[in-house]
Amino acid sequence: MSILDKKISELHQLLHTKELSVTDIVDATFDRIHQVDGKVKAFLTLNEEYSRIKAKQLDEKLVSGADRGLLFGMPIGIKDNIVTKGIRTTCASRILENFEPIYDATVVERLNQADTITIGKLNMDEFAMGSSNENSGFHPTHNPWDLSCVPGGSSGASAASVSAGEVLFSLGSDTGGSIRQPAAFCGVVGLKPTYGLVSRYGLVAFASSLDQIGPVTRNVEDNAYLLQAIAGNDPMDSTSAKVDIPDYLASFTGDVKGLKIAVPKEYLGEGVEPGVKERVMEALRILEGLGATWEEVSLPHSRYALATYYLLSSSEASANLSRFDGVRYGLRSDNSENLIEMYKQSRSEGFGEEVKRRIMLGTFALSSGYYDAYYKKAQKVRTLIKEDFTNIFEKYDVIIGPTTPSASFKCGSMTKDPLTMYMNDILTIPVNLAGVPAISVPCGFSDGLPIGLQIIGKHFDESTIYRVAHAFEQATDHHTEKPKL
Amino acid sequence: MSRISKDQVKHVAHLARLAVTEEEAELLTEQLDKIIGFAEELNELDTDNVEPTTHVLELKNILRKDEVRNSVSVDEAMKNAPSERDGQFKVPNILE
Repeated sequence: MSILDKKISELHQLLHTKELSVTDIVDATFDRIHQVDGKVKAFLTLNEEYSRIKAKQLDEKLVSGADRGLLFGMPIGIKDNIVTKGIRTTCASRILENFEPIYDATVVERLNQADTITIGKLNMDEFAMGSSNENSGFHPTHNPWDLSCVPGGSSGASAASVSAGEVLFSLGSDTGGSIRQPAAFCGVVGLKPTYGLVSRYGLVAFASSLDQIGPVTRNVEDNAYLLQAIAGNDPMDSTSAKVDIPDYLASFTGDVKGLKIAVPKEYLGEGVEPGVKERVMEALRILEGLGATWEEVSLPHSRYALATYYLLSSSEASANLSRFDGVRYGLRSDNSENLIEMYKQSRSEGFGEEVKRRIMLGTFALSSGYYDAYYKKAQKVRTLIKEDFTNIFEKYDVIIGPTTPSASFKCGSMTKDPLTMYMNDILTIPVNLAGVPAISVPCGFSDGLPIGLQIIGKHFDESTIYRVAHAFEQATDHHTEKPKL
Repeated sequence: MSRISKDQVKHVAHLARLAVTEEEAELLTEQLDKIIGFAEELNELDTDNVEPTTHVLELKNILRKDEVRNSVSVDEAMKNAPSERDGQFKVPNILE
């Protein structure tokens, strides 16, 4: 077993007994990256020189007995829409190809305080718009389980790098499923925290009312470690919630007796592949065996979530992405003589097709004469979708269903029609609209590709999600399966 | 009947500060028409008495003390500027 297959708690034990040094861990990480990233293509930027220096510094700390952070010596990959001071941050867009941030995102600051090592920046769909990583402005990332398949998106490389054993864990961001869908496709654990639990300061905004940063890991315990390090109020993000952060590691009691699970019929209906349904039903039987009970329920407005999401997220994106104007940072076109032309040319040369399409949709939905019919209407339907969840959570502890309607698909098979690609997120989007937290954990395979089980919780009740996910993980061995690369 | 015309697409592109070619405008007209058509399924729902949700958390007026704090230096602010002169962002002609 490679040292990179171990859990954080195991690695910490080995560091503590001096059987391992941080330098060993970082060396093993880069060896693995150099061995497999040519196939997976998860990284856009590697931070190798700095990582090796930081490893030495941490090893000195280990010898001197100085205080160690919660994630001491652990190598991490960071999605490239989270700004890192002095490390190129591109959002996988040509428009930011040479952008070097002048500050760290709050989550990055917190990781530094926790003594992690930022190994590099991870590929994604451009500006987090996409479900396959094929919208990256640089190159697509591949699924470690089958290199001809997509890793999902938009945090595709955050999931692929963890699945391929290139990094112990990573940060992703989730606006409509962008952590959970790739986690499901790559057979890893991905959490979208409650909206407001993790600071968005330094996350390049896509849709501000939906975006959340979250952890991607190989097991549930590591996931809780990472969330513990990044969660909590931040004065730099005015939408950050002022709530007490519980000890997430204390939630691993293994006990789900009496837990009430709601299973929405809409999540196992038409369009959900039989292989996916079977795995979810198996998972429910396992939880039942552990003492939980489940009942079928309805989230009646689910079918309207996709349209609601595309109107709201594109509208917010059209406003957020107006900052890329070729003046203060980013690409500037040389092919223009006046200011307006410079804006237009720079944006048209710098943005990819999907980004432009969504800016267009959002600008249209917000434009005079259409605002009430599209944008405001979608905001009202969002209320109905949110109320669906509130009603269910009056009687149940968690909602369980599949993360995605199908397993991963072949590269290039869904790029023709934007709407077909959008369907991938049909089971993850309602969660973002309601602002509730949800995790995807591996629950088996269908035709050799991983399937994800989605566990949705109440606002700020990540602890219950972790308790259920951990109990399920302990009762199965899906999380120990690894792709052959 | 189409929901959005090619001329409208060109107008929206101007509002969004995007340059589109004739071919792009045509393709976008077709694609946006389809997406907007799909979005119109929301009209099946009666939302007359429903309040819009702009934000899922009940947050109101998050204020901080109005204190003087350090801000970004000119050098840092200029670090990623595509074009600068004397510590200022340089842009093409604004007035003809």
